[in-house]
Amino acid sequence: MDAATMTLLAKALAVGIGSIGPALAIGFIGMKAMEAIGRNPEAGGKLFVPMLLGMAFAEAIAIYALIIAFTL
Amino acid sequence: MRKSDKGLFASIPLAAEPIFEIGNFTITNSLFNAYIGVAFFILVAFLVRKKITQIPRGFYNVVEALVEFALKEIEKVTGDKKRARQFLPLVATIFFFILFSNWLGQIPGTGTIGVWGYLHGHFELIPLLRPATSDLNMTLAIAIVAIATTHFAGLTQLGVANHISKFFNIRGIVRSLKKGPMDIVVAVVEFFIGLIEVIGEFAKTLSLSLRLFGNIFAGEVLMHVMLSLVSYVLPIPFIFLELLVGIIQATVFAMLTLAFLVVATMDHGHEGDHEEHRAEPAHA
Repeated sequence: MDAATMTLLAKALAVGIGSIGPALAIGFIGMKAMEAIGRNPEAGGKLFVPMLLGMAFAEAIAIYALIIAFTL
Repeated sequence: MRKSDKGLFASIPLAAEPIFEIGNFTITNSLFNAYIGVAFFILVAFLVRKKITQIPRGFYNVVEALVEFALKEIEKVTGDKKRARQFLPLVATIFFFILFSNWLGQIPGTGTIGVWGYLHGHFELIPLLRPATSDLNMTLAIAIVAIATTHFAGLTQLGVANHISKFFNIRGIVRSLKKGPMDIVVAVVEFFIGLIEVIGEFAKTLSLSLRLFGNIFAGEVLMHVMLSLVSYVLPIPFIFLELLVGIIQATVFAMLTLAFLVVATMDHGHEGDHEEHRAEPAHA
């Protein structure tokens, strides 16, 4: 295995493994938000912005992995 | 027809491409977009200042509605109106500038109209326009300004001693020397926690800049790949996604800056906790 092949493999693994956590996190945030809105439909408007904020933070971790893949 | 020799799914390089030089200073395509944004806001400022009447109408109404909306949202986070008005210029500017830069990148022609030439050894299309926030220099600059402003706000509102003792808590150690050995141990531990807070400041800067850069740059790469696959109707959902990502990232950056400002000007969170503990027995 030479350097070029290892680089390709490293890029793929970085994004692949690095996206598992954020994907699960975003799913959980969405799940809890759905549950909360289902219990209390009037709170939907209030819940929307914090949910989006939480999802953006979780997605940022996936973006860090993507940056590593870009810079390799 | 000319083809770039980078490969089938080639996309834009990580660093912004220089388009021309003024003396020793290279202007890159993302810097050019940033200047377009600056020119837009200066133009809006000049157009709006002449028409201040009691009942707003037309364009001035839109601008006033946006500024009032921003002020209300900031008031919800800070709680008091005086600090909301102090934080409004920085936070609203960050929000609107990042929003405008992100959305300007979706206008057809950004990233596609360019000059064919050699860049880093490859023959490829050098675009003339590129979103300002898809350049790490830009987002890092905005993040550094935001975090530096939080420190400046902490220094001016809390005083130099209070602010520095959040990070280098020597004052806590000195005060605890009178109390007893347990308090000295706690004070030493808090001193090291303060040192870790310094690392946290750098982490905040890095995460703010990388989050925005990563989202917008990845969006640009996505658009390039998508448009090189199917150029016509199919990329429309992706352009919509990019519009959504643009506004969400602008909101996140501005909200985080606001949260950091509030935390920096808050006088030592511990005092708030003590008050709550005293109030609790009354409820039971």
